[in-house]
Order: sequence, then structure tokens, then C-alpha cells
Amino acid sequence: MSTRLTIPISEKDIRALHIGDQVLLSGTIFTGRDAAHKYMVETFIKNKCPSGERALYDVLKTGLKGGVIYHCGPVVRKREDGEYQFVAAGPTTSIREEPYQAAVIEHFGLRGVIGKGGMSEKTLAACQKHGAVYLHAIGGAATLIAGSVKQVVAVHKLDFGVPEAFWQIRVEDFPCVVTMDAHGQSLHEKVAADSKRKLAALLGK
Amino acid sequence: MPDITERVVELIKSASTDLSPDIEQALMAAKAAEAPGTAAEGALQTILENVRMSRTTGRPICQDTGTPLFYVWNPEGVSQRELLKQIRAAVRIATERAYLRPNAVAALSGKNSGDNTGIDFPTVHFEEWGHDYIQVGLLLKGGGSENCGAQYSIPSAEFEASRDLKGVRKAVLDAAHKAQGFGCSPGILGVGVGGDRVTSMLKAKEQLFRPLADTNASSELDALEKQLQREINELGIGPMGFGGKTTVLGVKIGELHRVPASFFVSIAYMCWADRRKVMTIKEGNVALLAAR
Repeated sequence: MSTRLTIPISEKDIRALHIGDQVLLSGTIFTGRDAAHKYMVETFIKNKCPSGERALYDVLKTGLKGGVIYHCGPVVRKREDGEYQFVAAGPTTSIREEPYQAAVIEHFGLRGVIGKGGMSEKTLAACQKHGAVYLHAIGGAATLIAGSVKQVVAVHKLDFGVPEAFWQIRVEDFPCVVTMDAHGQSLHEKVAADSKRKLAALLGK
Repeated sequence: MPDITERVVELIKSASTDLSPDIEQALMAAKAAEAPGTAAEGALQTILENVRMSRTTGRPICQDTGTPLFYVWNPEGVSQRELLKQIRAAVRIATERAYLRPNAVAALSGKNSGDNTGIDFPTVHFEEWGHDYIQVGLLLKGGGSENCGAQYSIPSAEFEASRDLKGVRKAVLDAAHKAQGFGCSPGILGVGVGGDRVTSMLKAKEQLFRPLADTNASSELDALEKQLQREINELGIGPMGFGGKTTVLGVKIGELHRVPASFFVSIAYMCWADRRKVMTIKEGNVALLAAR
């Protein structure tokens, strides 16, 4: 029943998705939450990239083109061989990134944003305009999602702290649901409106 | 004076990594009720797989291991101060062993204490009781679900509600609608009616220790619990707010006396990862229970 998506994702594949579709995502993605979004907008988008930040900018420019950013503050373990391993990696609430997300989608050519709880009008409009979707991960499914992380490719800006750093990770069959599509539809708006009507009917009884 | 530190570490591990059977069975029933191939069914499938993986690997079900809320019932003559020290020590050990994520941050600076202890963290409620053994209840309450809690002072300017069962129903329906899927539905609602602002919410949280299948001692509250569960599920919010048949796994209501001037209805939202466990410690005999 699920659609398989592999990064880099084409605009055509994104436009074929609709709200409620289940997706299994594979490829290299980046985690990024509050500090990361603020950093991207202030360092790369609003201002000219300083030379010291150039290397990371190039990594992000390449990796996020047709790629995906994941709102997640993982629990990460450093193994005895020095490699990092994801232990628990469920989604965090996305709406905090609403002020930044549209600019990040446009600037980097993102095709997807993964998180929980959905986002608002600006992000929805950016998804429609630039060909991107919002992918809802299953809140609380931290062990299962960590299991879909097959490799930690690199970590950037670890000085933001473990939860806030950019973790560049290779995932296989990461399960999510399209809740905001590239056609201007939001499952969150739809469910909120439908349930409001039903609530009014119940209270009118 | 017994030392229960290691026992409490076991209790924390069990709560964090091994979902109680009644909750898991309710999630299975919820999955069976959804139409095959829907996002709601897929979400419940993922949730159930995650529950099994956590149990097998001994890893936390959710990375937000929440606020640890302890309820302790002790016999006469057992020092609550000593028990508090032991519980705080157990929380530190459980954090080192990664059953808990370091989750206690200073209110204003946000600085993480690193070991899950801090000012009134973990929260421990004590009660002396008539039995000759200690009972410890633990609820690990995640932040996302806690943010979906609500408290109503009735009559409310926001909507018309009366100071009776009908008003309680309106308040709970309103809170469930506002929560949508944000608290990681399907959740469990604990409701406190009466009391003051603190005791009302405390009563609401205590309801979360009840088994899902129990019966309320008050027949009118029992009827309201069942009615609200049915009606909230009729809202169609569904697992994770994807739309679907199950939005709550249960509604549990407790009441307490109030002053004539106040009528509080408090709602504590617990996510599907309803991490609650109860342990009894009688000399060397330790028993773990899913609920009390």
C-alpha cells in the first residue's frame, strides 16, 4: 500500500502524492530542528555565506537538493569503534519551524519535510509552489524509526548539542504519511474541520 | 528501613520499555477496526511494531521518556524522606542505563541537569496506608501529550456549560477536539471533576493508573466515561490525527469535593505510549502490575 521514495526525489514523483498516502522513504536525509533552521536562514539565506561556513553550505546544497529534512532530536550512542548509532529517533513537533520552513524549501530545493503535528499556510504554499510534501512520522515510534537508520554518514554543527545538530543519516524504508501535499491540501486542516462539524453536531444533541 | 533503589530502577525500565498489556491489546483492537490500507491502520501497525521492538531490545518506547511521576504508598514507620532519596538515586541510575533520556531542564535557562533530577523533579507523591508493604506507581508522561492537557472553570466564557454531568461532557469533548492528534493519539484521557486547580488535575492524572477495562464505582460517571469514549471516537480524528475510528482508548473520570464557588474540570492527556506500571514490594517479594 505504501509508495517507495528514494532520494533524490523528482518533482514528478512528489506531484503524484496526495494527502493520506503512505510512504516508505530511503536515502540520505538530514535531521534539523530549531537551531538548525535558524542557522540555515540566518547564515545562508538572509545573508551571504561566510567563508568559514562554506564547506557545510556545499554539503547541504548537494544533499538537500531533491532531499528531505527531518524534525528530530535523536538519542545517539557512540559505539566502541567510534561510529555513531541512532538509539531513539521519533519526530518532534514541526510547527516551531514554520517561520523558517518555506525559505528553506525554496532555497535548497527540498522535496520533503518530515515531522509531526503538521505545519501552517506558509509551508503549505511553499510545498505547492516548489513541489514538496510534508511527511508525518509516527510520534513515539522512536525505536522503530531508529532501526530504519542504517548509517550515520556525518554530523555537522555538533556544537548545537546532540538533539539540535545536523545528523546526515542514511535511512531505509522510513515509514511516513503525506499530510500536506503539493496540491495545496492539508490533512490536518481537513481533519480539524471535519471533527469540528461533528463536535457541533454532538453538542447540539 | 528497606532499600528499594534497585527495585525502582526495574520499575522504571519496565515502564519505559514494556508497554502494559491492556494498552497494547487496545491498540491491536484499534488497528483491527480501521479499514485496511489506510494511514490510520498503517500508523497503528507502526506503533505496535515499535512496542514489540522496544520490549525485545529493552529500549525506550519513545525518546521523550517524559516527566517521571511517582506515587508511593508506604506502611506506618517507613521513612518517606529515605524513600525519596532512594527514588532519586534510582532515577539517576536509570538515566545512566538509558532507560530514561536526560529530560530535566532548568525552567528559565533550559540547562539540562543531565541525570533527570532537579527542583521537584522527579515528582513523588506519598501516602501512608494500612498495608504492611510498599507500593510504587510510576507514570512516564511525555511533553507532547502533557501540552494537550486542559482545565476548565465552569461556567466558562468560552462555551456554555453547566455545573453538572452535561457540563463535564462538554468540557471533555472540547478538550479532545482541541487536542486533535497532537498528543500522539489514540490517547487516554484522565479527568478530574471538582477540587481546586491543583487537586482537580492531580485527580485527573491519578485516573491514568486505572486499568482500561475497569468500571467506575460511580454508575453515572461510569456511563459518562463510556459515552465520552464513544463520542470522541465519533469525531474521527484518528491515530496521529490522520483521520480514523480510534482517537481515544479510554476516558477515566474521578471526582472530589469542591467549594460551592468553584467547578473545575481538568483533563490530563496521555499519549498511546501510556507508560504506567505499579510495583509492590513485600519483604523480598516483588510484583509488577500494569495498573492499580
